[in-house]
Amino acid sequence: MERHIMLPLTEETARSLHMGDSVYLSGVIYTARDAAHERMIDGLAEGKAIPFDSKDAVIYYVGPSPAKPGQVIGSAGPTTSGRMDKWAPTMLALGARGMIGKGARSKEVIEAMKEYGGVYFGAIGGAGALLAKCIKKSELIAYEDLGPEAIRKLTVEELPLLVLIDADGRNLYEEGRAEYLKGREQKGVS
Amino acid sequence: MREIDVSAVADALERMCVSANVQLPGDMQRGIRAAREVEDSPIAATVLDQIIQNFEIAKEEQVPICQDTGMAVVFLEVGQEVHFVGGNLYDAVNEGVRRGYTKGYLRKSVEADPIRRGNTGDNTPAMITTDIVPGEKVKITIAPKGFGSENMSALRMLKPSSGLEGVKAFILDTVEKAGPNPCPPIVVGVGIGGNFDHVALLAKKALLRPVDSQNPDPFYRELEEELLEKINALGIGPQGYGGRSTAIAVNIETLPTHIAGLPCAVNISCHVTRHETEVI
Repeated sequence: MERHIMLPLTEETARSLHMGDSVYLSGVIYTARDAAHERMIDGLAEGKAIPFDSKDAVIYYVGPSPAKPGQVIGSAGPTTSGRMDKWAPTMLALGARGMIGKGARSKEVIEAMKEYGGVYFGAIGGAGALLAKCIKKSELIAYEDLGPEAIRKLTVEELPLLVLIDADGRNLYEEGRAEYLKGREQKGVS
Repeated sequence: MREIDVSAVADALERMCVSANVQLPGDMQRGIRAAREVEDSPIAATVLDQIIQNFEIAKEEQVPICQDTGMAVVFLEVGQEVHFVGGNLYDAVNEGVRRGYTKGYLRKSVEADPIRRGNTGDNTPAMITTDIVPGEKVKITIAPKGFGSENMSALRMLKPSSGLEGVKAFILDTVEKAGPNPCPPIVVGVGIGGNFDHVALLAKKALLRPVDSQNPDPFYRELEEELLEKINALGIGPQGYGGRSTAIAVNIETLPTHIAGLPCAVNISCHVTRHETEVI
């Protein structure tokens, strides 16, 4: 199913998305990778608030390349999400609703997605030049010293994504592969 | 004896860092297009179309194909008749990388310390390997390597009794464990033999060989073909969404090894497998 969604992402909308849905997101999303997650979560223990409104927020696991003159942002494809698994359940508990990345997630993250109503979206890894075209505004909002890992507020238009894992825990990496192999078997391809 | 000013090395690398990151080599372009032709999963075909569109945009607009413009992996083949003047060779390599990554708007992805972290701010130091060869030329190769795929690579000190079957099982297991993480369709660089350190380097060098080239040794050519077929029967597919095109090529390089060992290294590379060579 194809869905066009305006952000922020409410729990109701998130729970209505299903594995394999083709989703086009528009609105504000936030970038954060390993170093930013670590600093945000460590900061919580010291009583520091995270640097953006986490409620219904969508977090893009990306460290863009620098913008050339005249560009909004450089290339901006997803990084491997599994490295953020350590912190993702806490982010979901704080109200974050969506994660954009690539690659497998842990059981703990999927359980937290089910509990809080979270969605894991896939963007095509290595398609940074193509994805950057959907980013209309980029503003560095925290942790400038982290360079490419700083937190940026991005305004996106029709960012093309696929629901990889939905709030029911259905997983395209598992089901997509199984379905392909089943089809192959039926066609008699050895 | 031929004198070469190291500034020529720096200048070449400055250019090469940028061009390697914005233009996918022809062999990879052909490999991905060929994979698209035979892909039998609709979702995988869509992914491959977008991957093709992406490298076309990158070339057209001279922007990085992928935001992970990698660590600068540099190979130098230095003719033994060459005498470098004008400074330190490795300083010049790093100067070229620094200028290329800064002026070329490439991402700076290098941390100064592996535990204490802290970005060096200019993507140096480069990871440099030098070979001394006959002649009076210098061959410079840069292969920017992203870490989505580097992280899924593995090395195993197999026993001689593990034999060919053990090698095959380890390679397939490494690709299986990597799953969707290294941005398939991947290129699988394999090193077999040598010792602990050289086998890893072999696997890295295997990634420099064009994906449409053939191994000169018929035994390893057949092994490459067999492994590619088995990998593409795993069903992982482009981006791991399910499909045929899990790998574009398996390239194997070997070295003699010890009577007690059978080292094997698998260096996985993504669909943005970049490398560029210049000869001075």
